[in-house]
Amino acid sequence: MNILIKNGRVIDPKNKLDAQQDVFISARRIAAIGKAPEGFVADQVIDASGLIVMPGLTDVAARLREPGYEYRATLESEMTAAVAGGVTSLSCPPDTDPPLDEPGLVEMLKHRARNLNQCRVFPQGALTYGLKGAELTEMIELTEAGCKAFSQADVPLTDTRVLMRAMQYAATFGYRVWLRPQDSFLAKNGVAHDGEVATRLGLPPIPVVAETVALSTALQLARETGVTLHICRVSSGAGVEMIRAAKREGLKVTCDVSMNHVHLTEMDIGYFDSNCHLVPPLRSLRDRDALRAGLRDGTIDAICSNHSPVDEDAKQMPFAEAEDGATGLELLLPLVLKWAEQDKIPLLDALARITINPAQLLGVKMGHLSIGAHADLCVFDPKAAWKVEPAALKSQGKNTPFNGYEMQGRVRYTLLDGQLVFQQ
Amino acid sequence: MNNPQLNKNGELQHLLSTEGLPARILRDILDTAAGFVNIVEGSEIKKVPLLHGKSVFNIFFENSTRTRTTFEIAAKKLSADVVNLNIGSSSTSKGETLLDTVDNLCAMHADMFVVRHSSSGAAHLIAQHVAPDIHVINAGDGRHAHPTQALLDMFTIRHYKKEFHNLKVAIVGDVLHSRVARSQIHALTTLGVPEVRVVAPKTLLPTHVEKLGVQVYHDMEQGLKDVDVVMMLRLQNERMQGALLPSAQEYFKYYGLTQERLAVAKSDAIVMHPGPMNRGVEIDSSVADGAQSVILPQVTFGIAVRMAVMSTLAGAKS
Repeated sequence: MNILIKNGRVIDPKNKLDAQQDVFISARRIAAIGKAPEGFVADQVIDASGLIVMPGLTDVAARLREPGYEYRATLESEMTAAVAGGVTSLSCPPDTDPPLDEPGLVEMLKHRARNLNQCRVFPQGALTYGLKGAELTEMIELTEAGCKAFSQADVPLTDTRVLMRAMQYAATFGYRVWLRPQDSFLAKNGVAHDGEVATRLGLPPIPVVAETVALSTALQLARETGVTLHICRVSSGAGVEMIRAAKREGLKVTCDVSMNHVHLTEMDIGYFDSNCHLVPPLRSLRDRDALRAGLRDGTIDAICSNHSPVDEDAKQMPFAEAEDGATGLELLLPLVLKWAEQDKIPLLDALARITINPAQLLGVKMGHLSIGAHADLCVFDPKAAWKVEPAALKSQGKNTPFNGYEMQGRVRYTLLDGQLVFQQ
Repeated sequence: MNNPQLNKNGELQHLLSTEGLPARILRDILDTAAGFVNIVEGSEIKKVPLLHGKSVFNIFFENSTRTRTTFEIAAKKLSADVVNLNIGSSSTSKGETLLDTVDNLCAMHADMFVVRHSSSGAAHLIAQHVAPDIHVINAGDGRHAHPTQALLDMFTIRHYKKEFHNLKVAIVGDVLHSRVARSQIHALTTLGVPEVRVVAPKTLLPTHVEKLGVQVYHDMEQGLKDVDVVMMLRLQNERMQGALLPSAQEYFKYYGLTQERLAVAKSDAIVMHPGPMNRGVEIDSSVADGAQSVILPQVTFGIAVRMAVMSTLAGAKS
C-alpha cells in the first residue's frame, strides 16, 4: 500500500526539516520526502494543503488503566483517544492493579495493544515488586517482555538502600530508571502546593522541598551508581535548577514535565476545582515560569500529557478526597502549540518535545520521518480553533482542568505503521 | 470567575466563607443580628416567623454538639422546621457519596443546608450542586472556613469595642489547622481592622500565612503587647502526635494565656475563644473565667448571628 501525503508543511525535528514537501509512504515505511521514489504509484492520496505533517507524537506518561481499573478507562477507549490526539507511541506507568511487575502482564498488555493496532505501547516496568519498595523485579525478563524503563510511578520508595540497589542493578544492564521525586513524609496527606492558595483554602500542603529532597537523593544515587536516570514530572523551579546543574555536571539525567504544569498554576484551583487536583500539585506562577525556562534551555527534554483518566464520580468530591489526575492525550498537541506560540518557540523546537526527544528517552526508534522509518505520522490543521468540551473527548476520562479552553490546532489524520488509524 | 456566594443581584445566596464578601454584607449581617439579640436573651418575643414553612437541614459529617445546637436554636427561633442529621454515623459509612446524600435531602424539600465536613471545600461543592433556590451555610469545612463563628466573633468585638478601624487584634494558637482563624482573619481585614497578628510556633502556622494580611509573631509577650482583642484558638490533642509540639505542658508554658501575659495587652482588652476550651493548655482558668473574658457572651451572640445569616439568605431572591 502506497500513500502520498501531498502539499503539507513537513516538520521533522530530528532531521531539522521544516519545509513544504510531499511525503511518500510505501510498505509501512517512509519511502521518500520531496521527490517520489521511482515507480511510486499512490494507492491513497492525502491532501495536506494548509496542514502540518509531523511524526506521530510520543507521550512518555499516559495511563491506560489496564489491568485493574477498567471502570476508569480501557485500552480501547484510551487508544482511540491517543490517535485522536495524534499520539502513535506512548509509555504507561506501572501503577495498574496488579502493577506491571510480571513479564506475563506486560506481554498481555502489549498483545492487547497490538491487536487494537492504533498506538504503540511501551510499558514502564515496576522497579520493585508490587511497587512496594522492598524487592527488585526481574528487570531482564521484563525488558524482554517489552518494558522500556523501570519506575515506581507515583508510589514512594522510602528505603534508600533499595533505591540504590535498584539503580545499581539497572545500571548493570543499561536499563533506565524513571523516578518522580517526592519525599513521602514531607508530602504526607498533601493535596496542593504549599503556597498562597493552599494557605487560603486550608488544603493540606505539599511543599517544594518534598520534591527537592527526593531529587537530591535520586541525583546523588545516580552519580554513585552511574544509572541512566529520568526525572518524571518536575514541578518546581528549584527542581529544574537542580536538574540543570546535574546535566551541567555530566550526569546521565533527563527530565519531563506535564503539559498541565506548563500552563496552569495553583491559582487555577479557584474555588476548589477538583479537576486541578493533580499529581504533582500545580505550583506557583514563579515555578511555572521556571519550568518554561527549563523547556527553553533544554533542561526539560520532553512534555507529556500525564494522561490519567478518572471516573466522574471520583471527581465529584471535596478537593482533597477527589481522585487526582486529568485526561490529556487529546490535548497534548494543542497545548504544546499554545506554549510554543506564547513563548515564541519555533515549531521545530517545540515539536521535538513530543516527538524525537521522548522517543529517545524511551530508547525507541520512533519520533522522526527519516527514510526507512516506521510511517507513524500526525497531520494537523494549525489554524483550526476548537473549544474543549469534555463530552466530546474520546477518552473515557472526561475530567480536565482545560474544560472550556479555546485551543488551536486539530489533528486531521493519524497514521500508524503506514495505515490511516484516525481522520476527521 | 463568579463569586459562588452571591446571586446575580449581588445578594448573599450561600455563606461559605468570609473571604471575598464585601464589607457591606458583613456589616448588614451584624446589624441584623443586633435586632435578634433580645429574642435570644429571652424577651417577650420568643420567635419570629421569618423562616416559617422552611426546612433547615443540619447535615454534620463531623461531630459537633455546640455548633449544631446553636444552629438548631437559631432556626427554631425563626420558626423553621429543623432536621438534624448526623451523617458521620449514617450514609457515607454505607458508601453513599456526599452529593448522593445531598440529592436525597433535596428530594425531601430542604430549603437550607447547614453543613459541616472534615474536608476543605465540601460546602462549596454542595453549593455548586444544589438547585438555585436552596441555600448552603458552611458550618465548618476542614481547615478552610467557619464563617458563622467568625461573624459571631466580629459581633462580639463590635459589641465591646464599637469600631473596627482602630483595633489591634491577636489570634493565638494553632492557625495551621484552624478554619476559625482563617475566617476570622478575612472578616477582620474586610471590616477594616488595621493590625491583625497571629501568634504561634512555626509548626502551627501555614507557610504563607503573611499573605493573608497578618503580622506574624512567635513570642507571646510581643504578640499580645497593646492589643485590644485576644482571640484564642483551640489546640487539638492530636497535634502532639504529628511532631508539631512536644507536649501540652510546654505549649502552655510558652503560648498559654495567663493573667501575667494578658497584662501586656491593653487594660481593657477582651479575651475570646471559639470553644470548646482546653483549660490549662491554651488558656488558664483564671483568664477564661476572668473579668476580661467574653467567652460566654460569644455563645449567646452566636445564636443571634446565625439567625441573621439564615434570614439574610432566605431574603435573597433566587
